[in-house]
Amino acid sequence: MNLVTNNKWIGQRTIRPDGMDKVTGRAQFAADTTMPGMIWGKVLRSPHPHARIRSIDTSRAEKLPGVKAVVTSKDIVDFPIEKGAVMLGIQDMRWMCRNVMARDKALFPGHPIAAVAATTEAIAAEACKLIDVDYEVLPWSIEIDDAIKPDAPILHEFNKFDGKPSNIVGRLDHKKGDIAEGFKKADIVIERTFTTRPVHQGYIEPHACLISVAPDGKTTIWSSSQGQFMVRAMTAYLTGIPQSDIRAIPAEIGGGFGGKTIVYLEPLATLLAKKSGRPVKMVMTREEVMRATGPTSGSKSTVKIGATKDGKIVAAHGTFYLQAGAFPGSPIRGAAGCSFTPYDIPNLLSEGFDVCSNRSKVAAYRAPGAPIGAYAVECVMDEVAEALKMDPLDFRLKNAAKEGTKAAHGPVFPRIGYIETVEAAKSSPHYAAPLGDGHGKPRGRGVASGFWFNAGGESSAQVNITEDGNVVVTTGHPDIGGSRAGIANICAELLGIDYRRVSVVIGDTQTVGFSNLTGGSRVLFASSMVVTQSTEKIIQTLRERAAKIWEIDPEAVKWENGAAHPVSPNAGQFEPLTLEQLAEKAPAMGGPIGAGVQLNTQGADGGFGTHVCDVEVDVDLGIARVIRYTAVQDVGRAIHPGYVEGQLQGGVAQGIGWALNEEYIYTKEGKVDNPGFLDYRMPVCSDLPMIDCIMVEIPNPKHPQGVKGVGEVPLVPVMAAVANAIYNALGKRFYALPMSPPKVVEALESPMQQAAE
Amino acid sequence: MAKVHVTTTINGEPMEFLCEPSDTMLDALRGPLALTGSKEGCASGDCGACSITLDDRLICSCLMLAVEAQDHEIRTIEGMAQGDKLHPLQQKFLEMAALQCGICTSGMLVASDALLRKNPKPSEEEVRFWLAGNLCRCTGYDKIVRAVMETAAEMRAQ
Repeated sequence: MNLVTNNKWIGQRTIRPDGMDKVTGRAQFAADTTMPGMIWGKVLRSPHPHARIRSIDTSRAEKLPGVKAVVTSKDIVDFPIEKGAVMLGIQDMRWMCRNVMARDKALFPGHPIAAVAATTEAIAAEACKLIDVDYEVLPWSIEIDDAIKPDAPILHEFNKFDGKPSNIVGRLDHKKGDIAEGFKKADIVIERTFTTRPVHQGYIEPHACLISVAPDGKTTIWSSSQGQFMVRAMTAYLTGIPQSDIRAIPAEIGGGFGGKTIVYLEPLATLLAKKSGRPVKMVMTREEVMRATGPTSGSKSTVKIGATKDGKIVAAHGTFYLQAGAFPGSPIRGAAGCSFTPYDIPNLLSEGFDVCSNRSKVAAYRAPGAPIGAYAVECVMDEVAEALKMDPLDFRLKNAAKEGTKAAHGPVFPRIGYIETVEAAKSSPHYAAPLGDGHGKPRGRGVASGFWFNAGGESSAQVNITEDGNVVVTTGHPDIGGSRAGIANICAELLGIDYRRVSVVIGDTQTVGFSNLTGGSRVLFASSMVVTQSTEKIIQTLRERAAKIWEIDPEAVKWENGAAHPVSPNAGQFEPLTLEQLAEKAPAMGGPIGAGVQLNTQGADGGFGTHVCDVEVDVDLGIARVIRYTAVQDVGRAIHPGYVEGQLQGGVAQGIGWALNEEYIYTKEGKVDNPGFLDYRMPVCSDLPMIDCIMVEIPNPKHPQGVKGVGEVPLVPVMAAVANAIYNALGKRFYALPMSPPKVVEALESPMQQAAE
Repeated sequence: MAKVHVTTTINGEPMEFLCEPSDTMLDALRGPLALTGSKEGCASGDCGACSITLDDRLICSCLMLAVEAQDHEIRTIEGMAQGDKLHPLQQKFLEMAALQCGICTSGMLVASDALLRKNPKPSEEEVRFWLAGNLCRCTGYDKIVRAVMETAAEMRAQ
């Protein structure tokens, strides 16, 4: 494929196609849709962290006037554990069927037990209270240390680790060289243990859906998700309705960050709609979102790095234990696979352990696992650099991965832009600026780097020329970061027309070809590939049509600035034929003009970022404030720079929250004690400074526009950058997140340092 | 329980609706009034996605009872543009990429408009503290704050 070099629209800050609807309140999110005859669904949830369900009696609820249907796990298709995994993407349907509705056991407070549909929300809620559940309450554990004790209560008795029933449900490792030999060569070795708390993706829009099931079984789903095809497939699996009968319509999605890559409500609402014969709407409360949808893992990591006096890393060992929640599947691949990847380390062992415990099942969160691992690795990197008396960016440069470096998780790197991100950070105005006077509040600066795999995978697009010579592009990915704006820029660029003539829409499951999840930083990478190929087919058709009209060879026609031209005067003297003119002539010249392409896209390159953070700490109150922040990232090619910056800035803000305030707090009964935005403290506007972005553009040679995924890398380095800055300010290291005011005050009062070997 | 009849003014138009005594203003807006531009993110006054003005005062509509709208004047996101002419804040949000998923955008715009009516020349710090009741998880607030500051500067110049 050839790189596009003409840049009329690529790289421009155009108006996003969905913008007008969003600034005027017109945009339809999942909870904004209604249907005639619609009724409301509500979920009864377990109050216990761990309990065997002896029986469920729904008869009193069913008798309540206004109640139209009740469902329990008996109505959900079972995927028996002993029959083995049934995978949909990274999700095993054995766990999904038990997560959407508890079967024999309730495994976390908030675990659905039954669902009711009634004519009003109030009646549905009242009916839930009338369901009698006989629980045998069991011992439980939430924290990793508790869940891996030899006598810990076991969530899944079938699971064995080292031959014994265990909550350790998975392990993976990446190896390179021999770490024992490597550490022998080290002049300095530093080993540290870190913990992080579960944090939620924090999308502002709660999960919601509206579902209609007609008497013939034809099902229509409006819901907010990161993949209408995922919604269709999971709903089909869990209800037994064939995929061809389910039309999943993607509503505008009010934030996902990975958390909307699985279903919670859709199978329940489908079954309630089927039983009641009425369209059913379900909307989670914020409390339900916090209790029962997937935050990311809490973690315990130990990282050991050895280096020689001249600053070369000779060996590293990382051990990452991640909470999976109620079912297997924590993001150990991201933690073990990404954390050391910015560096060329000859001897490396990176291990991940997947640990079940009695809290809600994790869902993906922006570079799943990678920020957890990078926090540990990048903090130890800072300590090693300090021990070596090296600038932390110089230490990173000295060990940087580059073209030809073999990453421990497998690939040998092509041309990558990691070094450029470190150099750009080093030469940034921020890194050169003095910290300034905090007027009694100590200030400090920290840096950190990060990596995320990025992804390709299946995407489909249809590009149609309208009868009046404009363009409609349909893709299959919910747009969570501005992908429609990027697609409009690319299509307009290729066709040589104003971007406002390109309308970009997201198709539903029955109108556009299969497209995998919006996730993995894959959407613009993959969808621009299929849109580019579709548009190239259209340009070919347009050239052929012009050639036919001019009675010359199609090879003698070129497409430029929105019109067909003879390639040279030798080809003939003809007035250009514009897109409008060719569209008008289409019926007589071979029919409608359009093309669709479906691909399993390959060639996604990983992404690297390096961040610089300044903090100021109020030592009396323990409040650490980020006062300046610069995020540098190799973005491949910024198709729409405004929304690339938006990805960087949004990721950084989430990381600052994770570093300084956000955490799940549990009661002594094992319930989440802060299931709302008042007590689960995400960054608000007055908590943050402006977030500066430096976009390094090293184009991906395997992509027609040079695109690399950009959405996830920006969260990876943040917690370490903030932690290293706080160390620089206070001279004390923190080995646990969040570094919230009570914890900072406590640490300042009772010194704690882990000793270097 | 019998529904309550409420007569009020919404976006300059006289309106009436029926509601339960326990319904919030947000319930009434999103339900009988079909003004779904105001969003429910938390129902506890923490996220600001349901921001409206009540007699020119910025409030969370999830914290107000619908019956309290009687004889008062409500403004919502749907009343911000005049016909096909966007409010300068709406135009600037579009131009400066100050929105991503859009779920907070209605509330952000209503809150920003309320700020500029009160304070046509806000400092960055004043913008940040005024908008501290409106959560955005996508943008890191950077472009929102810039868009509000720039709109204020342009409105002052006119």
